[in-house]
Amino acid sequence: MIFNLDHWLEIWQTVRKNKLRTALTMFSIAWGIFMLILLLAAGRGLENGVRYQFRDDAANSIWITPRITGEPFRGLKAGRSVNLTIEDYEMVRDTIPGVEHITARFNLRGNFLVRNGLQFSRFPIRSVHPGHKYLEKTEMRRGRFLNERDIDERRKVAVIGNRVVDTLFKQTDPIGQWIDINGIQYKVVGVFTDVGGVGEQRMIYIPITTGQAAYGGANRIHRLMFTMGDADLEESKRIEQNVRNLLAERHVYSPDDPRAIRLFNHVENYQRFLQLFQGIALFIWIVGIGTIIAGIVGVGNIMLISVKERTKEIGLRKAIGAPPSDIIGLFLLESMTLTVLAGYIGLVAGIGTVELVQHVLGTMGNPPEFFRDPHVDVHAAAGAALILVLAGVVAGLIPARRAAAIDPIVALRDE
Amino acid sequence: MIHINQIRKSYQMGSLSLEVLKGIDLNIEEGELVSIMGPSGSGKSTLLNILGILDQYQEGEYHLAGTLMKSLSERKAAYYRNHYLGFVFQSFHLLEFKNALENVALPLYYQKVSRRKRNRKARELLERVGLGDRAEHMPNELSGGQKQRVAIARALISDPKVILADEPTGALDSQTSDQVMDLFKEVNASGKTVVIVTHEAEVAEKTSRTIHLRDGVVQNDTHNAGVAS
Repeated sequence: MIFNLDHWLEIWQTVRKNKLRTALTMFSIAWGIFMLILLLAAGRGLENGVRYQFRDDAANSIWITPRITGEPFRGLKAGRSVNLTIEDYEMVRDTIPGVEHITARFNLRGNFLVRNGLQFSRFPIRSVHPGHKYLEKTEMRRGRFLNERDIDERRKVAVIGNRVVDTLFKQTDPIGQWIDINGIQYKVVGVFTDVGGVGEQRMIYIPITTGQAAYGGANRIHRLMFTMGDADLEESKRIEQNVRNLLAERHVYSPDDPRAIRLFNHVENYQRFLQLFQGIALFIWIVGIGTIIAGIVGVGNIMLISVKERTKEIGLRKAIGAPPSDIIGLFLLESMTLTVLAGYIGLVAGIGTVELVQHVLGTMGNPPEFFRDPHVDVHAAAGAALILVLAGVVAGLIPARRAAAIDPIVALRDE
Repeated sequence: MIHINQIRKSYQMGSLSLEVLKGIDLNIEEGELVSIMGPSGSGKSTLLNILGILDQYQEGEYHLAGTLMKSLSERKAAYYRNHYLGFVFQSFHLLEFKNALENVALPLYYQKVSRRKRNRKARELLERVGLGDRAEHMPNELSGGQKQRVAIARALISDPKVILADEPTGALDSQTSDQVMDLFKEVNASGKTVVIVTHEAEVAEKTSRTIHLRDGVVQNDTHNAGVAS
């Protein structure tokens, strides 16, 4: 059937007879596919934008900052400060199942004067545990990150961002060099970079114990952060609740007090965004398929008109021996040809447009934050192609069956 | 060739049953040139449709070339129409978007004959009906007589057992009618059985046998003296 030249000639002849009508119908199909591709790519662009926003920090993490209690509890008044300490860090690390990499942070406020010989500038300092590397997605370029011995021995070592290297070291290798931070000498043991931007790349990390000792922190910490492996939302909520209970118990405040600590569950947020994008994708498919259905109805309509106009021809064909299957095949093939051809044009135009947008985004110096790398994946394109073939069959089915049902006696009757 | 035995056919019009053929007996032998006449309402069109396997009948039997044609599936009916019968119509029914050659070749397409082969045969037949130089012309470039000759060539191409013609001269002037009738006689002389439905006496006179229908029965069956078959 498909390889029969005569059928293609027949289709070509009827298409040529009704150029404008055929062109308009094909346009509606092409437009439907074009819009579907564009919408899918735009949805993907938005999704990539949001994923990009999350790229800096581990998406499977919980961040906790102590605050001030908001409710009286067990005879204690509201308004007490919650002071987290290294012991809280150790308790969470050792007693809460599901905690993977964990770190505390002791903040050193403001920027510090950092000097290497004659080169100096001001940089922010964070004092942390080795696990911090996983929370900020710190990428080591040279040397190493902080380790447990640095913590235990309160070593004066520093891991510096590549922007710090640019400023203080020019061409020389910073590993093993000494830098002066606020009057104290630290040995550089590693250089890192961070996708989080310039601010993160200007950072200097020192062991938390060193930071606490040098800047009068005793064993206090300002923040507790940990990752949870590949825990799903439910699992992360369970871990979150365990940590909440533990801290409330240790610091004597109500576990339901919303103001005692600020806890940020990235998994929850991330999941919420992913769900949002699933919803958007579903919406896009519904709209796209709706547009294609309009195209299908168009093709079905012109095929019906075509059958009506060709009643005599069909009657004659049947009289001289065309079996019904042949008539059905003729019209099905015609509608499939129209839809697949038009759809292919729409597909190519859509993908071309998406590529163009990508190219333009690529040449922009400052690409928009929430829209990145729009593209159509292979599955979506294959899905669209499948929809097209099905659409062709659906659009041709009713007209083809009507054609096959034509009674040659009636069709050939002379007026 | 055609053996019809007590065929009855009625149409249901609401609660009324209208009997169009009321028990027809008819035998047409191979190589005959027969005309069927009758006033409108006599059932001659219905009879032709049954002969052409385009319509069903309720009672009786119709044997075409020894095969019983009764309660056939659409597919079977199409097969027999294609292989056993050639149709010629009053208004020609050529496909407007195909040239003369393609029109003639069409029945062989449904026999899955290759394009080259059926075009060669179609050209031979166009030569035979005197239109060898018009093969590439479109139907709207042909006169009525020429169109009918193309249609006769199309009816002949599948080498059928019977040619069925429905008022083949109805749309033609008398001179062209004569030419078309001469062609039918020539076709008949080559051994084909030809059945022509007509209401024109001049046409019937040119056939060797005339069957008169009236009110759904054969009223008269006469052999025309002087016309060889």
